[in-house]
Amino acid sequence: MATIQAIPISRSFLEGAVVKRFLSHRLATFGLATILLLTLACIVGPWLLPFTDVYIDMMQRFAAPFSGWHVLGTDAMGRDTLARLLMAGRISLSIGFSAMVVSMIIGLCVGLIAGFYGGILGTVLMRFVDAMLCFPSIFLLLAISALISPSVPAIVLLIAMTSWMEVARVVEAQTRSLKTREFTLAAQSYGAGGFRLMLREILPNAVAPIVVAATLNVANAILAESYISFLGFGIQPPTPSWGNMLNSAQTYLTSAPWLAIVPGLAITLAVTSFNFLGDGLRDALDPRADQP
Amino acid sequence: MKPSVPNPSASSDPLLLIDDRTVSFAAGKGWNTVVHGVSLDVGPGETVALVGESGSGKSVTAMSILGLLSARQARTTGRVVFKDRDLSLLNADEMRALRGSDIAMIFQEPMTSLNPVMTCGAQIAESLTIHRGLNRSEAHTETLQLFDRVRISDAARRFDEYPHSLSGGMRQRIMIAMALACKPSLLIADEPTTALDVTIQAQILALIKELQDEEGMAVLFITHDMGVVAEISDRTVVMNKGRVVEAGPTAAIFSDPAQGYTRSLLSAVPRLGSMKDRALPERFPVFDRETGVVQASADMPDTVVREKPLLEVEGLTTRFTLRQGFLGRVSGRVHAVENVAFTVRAGETLSLVGESGCGKSTTGRSILRLTEPDAGSVVLDGTDITALDSKGLRSHRRHMQMIFQDPYSSLNPRRSVGDSILEPLLVNRLADRSDAQGMVRELLQQVGLDPESRDRYPHEFSGGQRQRICIARALAVEPKLIVADESVSALDVSVKAQVINLMLDLQARMGVAYLFISHDMAVVERVSHRVAVMYLGEIVEIGSRQAVFGNPQHPYTKRLLSAVPVADPSRRRIKRILDSREIQSPIRDPGYRPPQRRFIDAGPDHRYMEWNDSWA
Repeated sequence: MATIQAIPISRSFLEGAVVKRFLSHRLATFGLATILLLTLACIVGPWLLPFTDVYIDMMQRFAAPFSGWHVLGTDAMGRDTLARLLMAGRISLSIGFSAMVVSMIIGLCVGLIAGFYGGILGTVLMRFVDAMLCFPSIFLLLAISALISPSVPAIVLLIAMTSWMEVARVVEAQTRSLKTREFTLAAQSYGAGGFRLMLREILPNAVAPIVVAATLNVANAILAESYISFLGFGIQPPTPSWGNMLNSAQTYLTSAPWLAIVPGLAITLAVTSFNFLGDGLRDALDPRADQP
Repeated sequence: MKPSVPNPSASSDPLLLIDDRTVSFAAGKGWNTVVHGVSLDVGPGETVALVGESGSGKSVTAMSILGLLSARQARTTGRVVFKDRDLSLLNADEMRALRGSDIAMIFQEPMTSLNPVMTCGAQIAESLTIHRGLNRSEAHTETLQLFDRVRISDAARRFDEYPHSLSGGMRQRIMIAMALACKPSLLIADEPTTALDVTIQAQILALIKELQDEEGMAVLFITHDMGVVAEISDRTVVMNKGRVVEAGPTAAIFSDPAQGYTRSLLSAVPRLGSMKDRALPERFPVFDRETGVVQASADMPDTVVREKPLLEVEGLTTRFTLRQGFLGRVSGRVHAVENVAFTVRAGETLSLVGESGCGKSTTGRSILRLTEPDAGSVVLDGTDITALDSKGLRSHRRHMQMIFQDPYSSLNPRRSVGDSILEPLLVNRLADRSDAQGMVRELLQQVGLDPESRDRYPHEFSGGQRQRICIARALAVEPKLIVADESVSALDVSVKAQVINLMLDLQARMGVAYLFISHDMAVVERVSHRVAVMYLGEIVEIGSRQAVFGNPQHPYTKRLLSAVPVADPSRRRIKRILDSREIQSPIRDPGYRPPQRRFIDAGPDHRYMEWNDSWA
């Protein structure tokens, strides 16, 4: 027996429920807080520190953390690790976010068009997605980055090119099921055109999985930037990024381990936080989560 | 069959006695009571119907008898006595022994109650070996006998079939066979025929009735359908909001309901045959829920414009190709709509009736070209819809609108209802934003909703209210024709009556024509001017409502009409339908050519298809 009753709840209550569900996911709340703190630190931190990331203090080479003015120590050229970490964070996080935005745009367009129009166009697009997924993305990243000059926009595009396929698949599946729903048919029957159907009827209802895919995408993009830079194909010194900080720390792994540990921790913290955030959003945005 | 009198032994020594049962469900931190002190009894061999609308607590009451509610989520108090044993004192093992052996239960959707990876026969044989200790070959023979008893034809073959390959009616027969396996003295049937087509429902009801006579088994029959109640039960218990409203012999409840609620429920039940001497559709009488005071309903004016038809459908054919194998070889075609022709005049309601798979919904969608038809023409007000290109189609679609069955999925959940109604106005540039707001208020008022509710979201409305919103959205573009695809089928009976009244009022006020697609003959009789009966994609009989209902010609129309349960216990009609004829499938071989059909005139505006021996 279908027991569906009209429960008069206002909209703010519904939104409240989403927030409540999200907050009850402790790791996700932790993740969100960490991301906000990390972003804030990377934006304002470099102005507050007494050192810039390129200030060389030859007297203080390999200073250990917490041993003086250099809170997180210094590297082989006496540059302050904290200042470099925060500047590197600006680069790494903005690459993460921009790569996510670009891959979302590509993925959304491909997914919506493939799912909505279906047929030959849909098949061709989705088989292209499958083909792209077949490339081991690390090798693809490395092969292409060896050919182009490594600038920030180039790396953003590169990462986006290898990470939009997941989004496209999620959006395509959602679109295909939503376009047969009766509210879409109703809109079609009062004369709404293709774009209106896609943007006004289908997309708002697919927002939850898209948001989740987006957060996980940021995590993957940060990771991707790290290993390209670690292998030396990414952001080139002296511009710091978390990946190339790790790269230059290799030589001193035994003598100055903090040079590797500090950026390593930053990457781990950022990536896990985004993953937790994604998990939390997935649970919070699922309206079925409240039903027993 | 004569109306049954209450079983004299029922009151003296009941088989099952429920005494002051209360059920609460965990809701957040507290408990939400859904059944409030329900008492009822079932005598040996008696049929008691537990009837109520959705949310009345009837199913929960039944589930609590067998302890099927999870102890963590539900709290029950009150006694249940079965054969002089207090069931609430039994432990889990004793309860399990009782279930399936002395008390059996069948549910609405047999597919979910059958194990999909076991053959039908094996499932029954298994329960026989467990409950009755038979060995393999004994269980096999016994199962075949049970299949025979529930009139499953070709029992030996069915034994080795899996549940998914059977029709809904066949699955329900398997469930009944399983329930009978251990010769229970009480069968609890929870909406067992709700998901079935009306002719299959009649077969299953007749089967339950007959098995009951053979076995002397008592039946507790849970349903929302007053027609089914009238056909099958000796006594009736009416529930509302978790309380028993009224209980008594079925004949007495129907002839002389004591409570206002029962009266309003009965007044909302469409009765087949009640419209014999009326030519026009009629509104349902409006009863006050608490007092049962009737409001006289005004006669419907004649809304039909007779000069020329509004919609002319000619030779409409829609087929779906089934492909199979690696190369996508065409393995068959679903002949969903086959050479269908009819006309609808302005202000008229034409009903398309038929059972599942007859192509009535596809016909509706093909007319709007939501599903592209393969052949035929659809002319609306002089414009051939099938010949339009996509741009022309988009601008012409607003003259025809559709209202769907499921009010829960036909509104965009992410948009306020006001926006949902606003959208068609903006899309068709019927108003600019500021004027449109006023029109939205007006439309909401037209369908009987508070205009201030336009900022609320679909989930805040009940099913009936949502259907009103869908009607408002359809009306926004001032259509000439509304295709209502099972639009009231998912609603409770009293809500159904209100929505139908609204649709009739709108027709009277605006002269809109309806193509009313439904499987519910009693509702169709109430609302239509003309009726078309569909079977396997074709119209087998079409004519004025009075002619088709009063003088049915085609054997399928007759069968359909005789299968409809009548909400009047003094006119029980479910005969001993011993055949188990199923609804055929419209899937044909790729080479199939539909035969040329000939129609015979039975009178002015009444035609039926000539039929052959298969209908004998």
